[in-house]
Amino acid sequence: MTASNHLLEVRNVETHYGKIIALRGVDLTVDRGEIVSLIGANGAGKSTLMMTICGTPQASSGQVIYDGEDITRMPTHLIMRKSIAQSPEGRRIFPRMSVMENLIMGAEMAGNHDLEAGLQRAFDLFPRLKERRNQRGGTLSGGEQQMLAIARALMSNPRLLLLDEPSLGLAPLIVKQIFDAIRDLNQSDGLTVFLVEQNAYHALKLAHRAYVMVNGKITMSGTGKELLAREDVQAAYLEGGRH
Amino acid sequence: MSAKSENLFMVSLKDAAAGGAVALALFGVLIGMKAEVASGLGGQLGIEYRWAAVAIAVAIVFGGRLLLNLFVWKTDKPVTATAKGFLPSAKPLAKLGKYAMPVFLILAVVLPFLLMSAYGSRGSRQYLDLAILVTTYVMLGWGLNIVVGLAGLLDLGYVAFYAVGAYSYALLAQYFGFSFWICLPLAGILAAFWGIILGFPVLRLRGDYLAIVTLAFGEIIRVVLLNWYDFTGGPDGISGIPRPSFFGIEFERGPGGFADTFGLEYNSIHRIIFLYYLILIMALVTNFVTMRLRKLPVGRAWEALREDEIACRSLGINTTHTKLTAFALGAMFGGFAGSFFATRQGFISPESFTFIESAVILAIVVLGGLGSQIGVVIAAVVMIGGFEFFRGLEEYRMLVFGLLMVVIMVWKPRGLISTRMPSITLSGKKAKGISADLVQEGHG
Repeated sequence: MTASNHLLEVRNVETHYGKIIALRGVDLTVDRGEIVSLIGANGAGKSTLMMTICGTPQASSGQVIYDGEDITRMPTHLIMRKSIAQSPEGRRIFPRMSVMENLIMGAEMAGNHDLEAGLQRAFDLFPRLKERRNQRGGTLSGGEQQMLAIARALMSNPRLLLLDEPSLGLAPLIVKQIFDAIRDLNQSDGLTVFLVEQNAYHALKLAHRAYVMVNGKITMSGTGKELLAREDVQAAYLEGGRH
Repeated sequence: MSAKSENLFMVSLKDAAAGGAVALALFGVLIGMKAEVASGLGGQLGIEYRWAAVAIAVAIVFGGRLLLNLFVWKTDKPVTATAKGFLPSAKPLAKLGKYAMPVFLILAVVLPFLLMSAYGSRGSRQYLDLAILVTTYVMLGWGLNIVVGLAGLLDLGYVAFYAVGAYSYALLAQYFGFSFWICLPLAGILAAFWGIILGFPVLRLRGDYLAIVTLAFGEIIRVVLLNWYDFTGGPDGISGIPRPSFFGIEFERGPGGFADTFGLEYNSIHRIIFLYYLILIMALVTNFVTMRLRKLPVGRAWEALREDEIACRSLGINTTHTKLTAFALGAMFGGFAGSFFATRQGFISPESFTFIESAVILAIVVLGGLGSQIGVVIAAVVMIGGFEFFRGLEEYRMLVFGLLMVVIMVWKPRGLISTRMPSITLSGKKAKGISADLVQEGHG
């Protein structure tokens, strides 16, 4: 693959929280049209990497390149207006606002004014949201909230979708629904997806390529299938984790 | 008596006895002994013992605690639930909210004429004054509602902007002889400017921490006004603030005055009515601007910011700008209200801008239901009007007032009007209010 095919490139990134180092020189690429998963244990630095890409906190050294442009020092709100969308960890929908308003929040700041088309796409992807469109976000179930978080991120018509733990706290059946939707988006719309997950089995099965992070460093990488087959990965992340 | 209730009685008795013992130890010294200049001892200090008073105090503590234990604290049903039973259901109020807006508006517009016909021009003056006061607080409540209700930034120093507005007008009038109509926008701009000044350092703060800093800011403004004697007159305040004119026509007796120009008989009530309509229009403008902004991206960003700041950033919202616009706009309306206050009173001093004012305005917003415009109106009428209404109760007024607030919060924990209208729906459909009942407290 040529360098120009990288949509997102993380080069030797280090991130600190005060004096504590969270990322120790991470290298990672996401190519156009790919689903890339990052798996790792609690506290490995997965979410920190995700947030460093978004600019909160900013990397203390190294570079984050999006679509050929260095976004390492860019303020978060400008990064998020660059056809990058994120569904944050813990869903973080707006509980008092209606489902419709939640969705519109996703479109407004990114400058996507074709609301009708965006809403149509969201409701096609998750019909449940259409039924619930006038309900408060806070009254949705966990799975519906996750759907809403993803749909809200998609409203900006992104080229790169960042998903932070979409399976968090959800029933296996709902997890399957969500992951099917992600695969669908990738296959039909060509959406590039970067996924951070603890649910290693689903994440590896879904991904074209994947990385394993331990203690702020990437320790393994390969195709999803390769990593799934490796014994050390199975021992560390998949014991009893297969739903 | 069943075993359970007997047990409850014993536990309560023990607890009450312990309370009584503590009370005895405390009151034995505090109430029981009184140092006095005894007359019989030639002006020396003596101690007077008052054991009867101690016995009464201890008995009150013991009995009160026993009763509270038996009937309030240790019962299966919490007392708030019991109290709720006595109050009417909150449901009809949501419907009331729908019709309240036009009814209130019409009532507000015809109020001076209603009062005039009922009490005559002399008798209606005090009611008009009260109406002006209430409307001022409605406007302040609406202004603060932008900051607290919509953007979710707890501001305990809102009165600072009220003070900035009032002093802006008073000082500009005193030093440069500017009229009210020139000063009104200037006061708003200056207050908004101070809103931004306050906004910058507190951008990273939220919740309790933000509240403390805004509280300090409110006090700083007041203390500066109090101590900068050469400029602000300090505790003496500023007097002789010019009254507003009717677009250049003064409210005076004689030729060229308001009454003369419009062929009316001179009456001092004209100015009061004019002031009433002035604040009413100012308040309605505040409401109109807020309602419009709510439907625009910036207004939705405020509400989103109240809900979840991290989610906002992930959606590309510039949280810095969003917070600053909320602070600046809220402050601006506070400033407008402040300059109205100055022109109405004709005299201002730092005493009018104490923390209790901030607290009252915040209470109006919270009691009315955070983010609800009509809720603010009802709360302002109840709080400010009620405060005047209970004037006859003299020293029990604060007690009644406090009790009223507690009752409202027990009855409707999210404020009088907790239904929120979505700012947008599918095209062509009428917006339907969403009740807060199903949302966890603190999450909506």
